[in-house]
Amino acid sequence: MMKISLDTISEQNAFLDQVERESGEDLSRCYQCGNCSGSCPVSFAMEIPVSQVIRFVQLGQERMALQANSMWLCVSCLQCQARCPKCLDPSKVMEALRRMSLRQGKGPVALAQVPDGFLERSPQQAVVAGFRKLIP
Amino acid sequence: MTSIPYYPGCTLNTVAKPFDLSARRSLKLLGIELAELAQWNCCGASFPLTPNNIIGLTGPTNVLIQSQKAGGTVSTLCSFCYNTLRRTNQVIKEDEGRRTVINDFLGTSYEGDVEVVHLLEVLRDRLGFSELKKRVTRNLKKLKVGAYYGCTLLRPKSAAIDGGETTRIFEEFLEAIGCEAIEFPNRGECCGSHLAMSNEEVVVRLSGAVVASAQAFGAELVTTTCPLCFYNLERSQKAQGSDTLLATRSEAVSDPLHGDWLSRPRQCLSPSGRGQTPRADAGKGVSPPMREEGDQTPGATLPVLYFTQLLGLALGLPEEELGLGENLIDPRPVLRAKGIVREQLVASS
Repeated sequence: MMKISLDTISEQNAFLDQVERESGEDLSRCYQCGNCSGSCPVSFAMEIPVSQVIRFVQLGQERMALQANSMWLCVSCLQCQARCPKCLDPSKVMEALRRMSLRQGKGPVALAQVPDGFLERSPQQAVVAGFRKLIP
Repeated sequence: MTSIPYYPGCTLNTVAKPFDLSARRSLKLLGIELAELAQWNCCGASFPLTPNNIIGLTGPTNVLIQSQKAGGTVSTLCSFCYNTLRRTNQVIKEDEGRRTVINDFLGTSYEGDVEVVHLLEVLRDRLGFSELKKRVTRNLKKLKVGAYYGCTLLRPKSAAIDGGETTRIFEEFLEAIGCEAIEFPNRGECCGSHLAMSNEEVVVRLSGAVVASAQAFGAELVTTTCPLCFYNLERSQKAQGSDTLLATRSEAVSDPLHGDWLSRPRQCLSPSGRGQTPRADAGKGVSPPMREEGDQTPGATLPVLYFTQLLGLALGLPEEELGLGENLIDPRPVLRAKGIVREQLVASS
């Protein structure tokens, strides 16, 4: 585990401010109950579960929040939004992080690995929704 | 014959043609014409979540404007379209800032007053399920059907069908057409959605859990309103080697709450998501209480039908008109075993 420094307050606040502005969510309301991670159907495949991504954002840890695969696996099923006792919508935070990452020129690595024959037989909505995630 | 404006969306016009055709033909028998919008475009499939992601709202807004021209109501069949149109309408209605930007961009003055309805709501509210029951001409013999809602019909609550996660509208529809509705735990769980494009194994696991859950509660078929759920539920049963699938699905049965990920070493998938292996202890655990002798065992394939294919069957439409043969997992053996479709029809097709 890498060492995380929490002593550069101004930079940390700048990242938190940006995520809150982008997502429209007030992340100070999150008290880390973990309902979002528990209800998330793709938690098992995420390097960092949703609640921890939000914690890293609260702490201003841009690198930790943006380098995990979590935001790319989120499909906006809204289980987290439906279960959050503080009425936050983590899927908005995920989209905000995706867009911020894309603007830095960092996308998901997996895009080129579309399964063989997928585009011929798959529902269009899958392709449209899948690529929509990549709009900064 | 009454008429209702209808927005098919991109998928129903192409790979989900049986969904579209079975709906039009069934509704015609019920005296309702689905009048396709004169002009329409893709709704964008996924709703743009962040407040300043405005460009993604212009597509669905344009569909809503076309619907307004067609009479102020629009019906959809696809869960994605339903979700996107309803949420966009909500934004236009409630958020003056975004409404102004979108209208300025499109050169319109739309206020969000179109009513977006799902075909299930049309059947319940315009025709009535009790009236639908009277129109049934083919006995579906209490076929045990799992109603799979998926995510986008149920969430968010503010744009959901019939109040969201506690609804029984799909089950009531199934009961009206003579099926036994199976309410199973994963009826509102995610199928994996568009991860079919980038992380197939995640979809196999999630859809496998849905199929296993439905089977464990006794479903002989599962039905859906979403072409992507349909695709994922079918493909997840065909895509993998049966061993892997069995392991994944047994695990889902014994562990419906997504596994014990807190207590085991986290399986970090690489961004490409390759290399996932089923757990060694998969299959251990107890079966759900409702499971009885003679129910389908997990591991047997479970046919997936669009709800309009079932509707068409109940209304007596010939199976060729419903596209049953185009389903990846042929539902006709199950229907034949129940005596719902005749032997010779199956043999001749």
